[in-house]
Amino acid sequence: MRDGRTPMSSDPFARPRAADGRAPDVFKRGGWVPMRQFSDDEAVDFVIVGTGAGGGPLLAGLAEGGFSVVGFDAGPYFRPLEDFASDEVEQEKLYWTDERVVDGTNPITMGGKNSGKAVGGSTVHFAMVSLRFRPEWFKSRSILGYGADWPLDWREMWDYYTRAEQALSISGPVSYPWGPKRPRYPYRAHELNGAAQLLARGAEALGIKWTPTPLATVSAPHGRSPPCVYRGFCRFGCSTNAKQSQLVTFIPRALRAGAEVRDLAMVGRIEMGPDGRVSGVHYQREGSWHFQKARNVVVAGYAIETPRLLLASATDRYPDGLANSSGLVGRYLMTQSNQAVFGVMQQEVRWNKGPPSLAITEHWNYDDHKDFAGGYCWMAQGPLPVEWVTVQTSARGLWGQALRDEMEKYNHQVGLKMVGEMLPDERNRVTLADEKDRYGLRVARVTYGWGDNDKSLIQHALGQMQLSLEAVGATDIFRQEDDTNHLAGTARMGDGPATSVVSADCRSWDIPNLWICDGSIFPTTGGVNPSLTITSIAMRTADRIRALAARGEL
Amino acid sequence: MTDRYPAYDVLAKRWTESWNEVTRKVIDRRLAVAREPRFFAASEWRTLGALCDRILPQPKDRPPVPLPAYVDQKIADGRLDGYRYAEIPPQGEAWRRGLAALEAASQEAHGSSFHALSGEQQDGLLQRMQHGDLTGEAWGDMPSKLFFEHRVIPDITHAYYAHPTAWNEIGFGGPASPRGYVRMGLDRRDPWEPVEATSGKEEPRARRKNSHVI
Repeated sequence: MRDGRTPMSSDPFARPRAADGRAPDVFKRGGWVPMRQFSDDEAVDFVIVGTGAGGGPLLAGLAEGGFSVVGFDAGPYFRPLEDFASDEVEQEKLYWTDERVVDGTNPITMGGKNSGKAVGGSTVHFAMVSLRFRPEWFKSRSILGYGADWPLDWREMWDYYTRAEQALSISGPVSYPWGPKRPRYPYRAHELNGAAQLLARGAEALGIKWTPTPLATVSAPHGRSPPCVYRGFCRFGCSTNAKQSQLVTFIPRALRAGAEVRDLAMVGRIEMGPDGRVSGVHYQREGSWHFQKARNVVVAGYAIETPRLLLASATDRYPDGLANSSGLVGRYLMTQSNQAVFGVMQQEVRWNKGPPSLAITEHWNYDDHKDFAGGYCWMAQGPLPVEWVTVQTSARGLWGQALRDEMEKYNHQVGLKMVGEMLPDERNRVTLADEKDRYGLRVARVTYGWGDNDKSLIQHALGQMQLSLEAVGATDIFRQEDDTNHLAGTARMGDGPATSVVSADCRSWDIPNLWICDGSIFPTTGGVNPSLTITSIAMRTADRIRALAARGEL
Repeated sequence: MTDRYPAYDVLAKRWTESWNEVTRKVIDRRLAVAREPRFFAASEWRTLGALCDRILPQPKDRPPVPLPAYVDQKIADGRLDGYRYAEIPPQGEAWRRGLAALEAASQEAHGSSFHALSGEQQDGLLQRMQHGDLTGEAWGDMPSKLFFEHRVIPDITHAYYAHPTAWNEIGFGGPASPRGYVRMGLDRRDPWEPVEATSGKEEPRARRKNSHVI
């Protein structure tokens, strides 16, 4: 389309788009959908802080259950068709790039791989990998001897996984090679790109199984989503709406059911009433602070912002922050090991085409003949140039002409990257630093160190991935030894108030109308990407809240 | 070796279905970056220019990607990374202190400004910075190794590989919305992807094909 024919949208950061009784229709350029709105003085049934993989399904589930509900997000309400460029640097606008301080023996790199700041949260730019936990991980302490047990039953979760896969129109294989039987995926698997073909060849040479990765991008039209066109910019936002992010799935559903979304609205403090219940949230929007009254508050800001908000809401009666009588808010932060092995092929791989992780092996998640706890999977890779130079400089220390020479091999590169389980350790945590951000709120300090088991698991994975690359004839092989991605923990769920922050229903033990529903409730993190589990738990939580309300137990 | 992807110009695809409107705007803005500093003082600007030339040396037969301008722009616009090592001050302050400390190290080692040193001397100082061997009062409590890894390298190299000139060099297809790609497997190339010259003999063919890559 030539200049002038495409109406350009306004600046999504300039002022809220969800206003005046309408919200953006993400499927139509310049389009709008009607949106119900609530006044600050009207105590809504639920305020949800965060609209990502946890907040999105809950927003839809509660609105569809007849509750009045407002979803707050600190980020803008993007229109993918108009706002999303095919560009790595421009699309950093999807990330949480506000200042955070990192320390510890293995400080975590924050940004695109573990945060989002947009309506839809990080699902707007996630790699769409949609995997189920291994059933035993829900009882890893009792069955596998490490970590902690979840208060959830895997068989119930198996049903919610099926529902989440349907809701997100997951494209995947007819039969999945590992774990208990599951229904076939709603959409057919995507075609493999060169990088995925090489993962498959390598796995077959090692004698282990592989499969096309179940992905949340449609392989055929679905509703108003067109099939994926294999741009390969998935982690920088999908400009065609093939990706089944929260922004194009649960959030439109929520609006249709009568929910309100408040974009560019940063919640800074939860207010406690004199009766020991929360009474609403203080939020900043358009430069000033407001107070929304609520009967219930759900915190769904992920493993950094969730504990930050709970800690920042401390009062004289709750000097250590809300929901924190156990002292565990902010503790047991987990990331996942995300090391990789790369090499050069004689063939042209052109690994940037298509979703980055089109093939996977979960072999080492299901094999227990290992001398360390936990599991991992690995997937094919397709980093774009800026990501790729980050690997070359950080893993190999390259700069100067040597760096330029290596970068020119771009179209021949191949790689395998793990998603590995790191064990919960209470010393890994989120606290509040003294410095303040642009909202005037204390920033998060993120402290992290790897344990001996984490290091053993990583070395095992690097060895296996290297064997796989050697088996396909890759040369110039090197390892990226230091990388992490997804987050979990900091408000773990459990069986009682002494050892956990929330119950199986994501309800805080301390304050009956304060809930937490995102990846921060994970007691362990497993060896797969967490988003499908977060979404499944959010769908379950919506059902539980509806059941509790029906019994008068809210 | 000459160009790996001779005559490939990703900007030739600007009006094709591989570039949507917002992408055109973003790249236009990037190419039009102001060449004068908004954040850095003149002396810092000289040191930064010399530093960029060593981190990413550029061929003399084309206009250089103005790397110092992108570093300056990032700081002046307040574009943050989302995290900061506890030992490193905020990015503008880190850059000011790091460049001053590099200049001080240069004076101490060679009695001359960093920008006036030979390439070899400059690389020697940068290697010492990379390994954390530059120390002294000018660094404060910021380790030179962390400054190198978390400011110098990402701020300069990200700017370079976000530039169409770099995409031409490495044969990256560039923006791809909404057209995307069709030929997915090994050794498959869509007509709108560049052709590699694998040998001198292949060069004319690659050059001819690349002049039609749109």
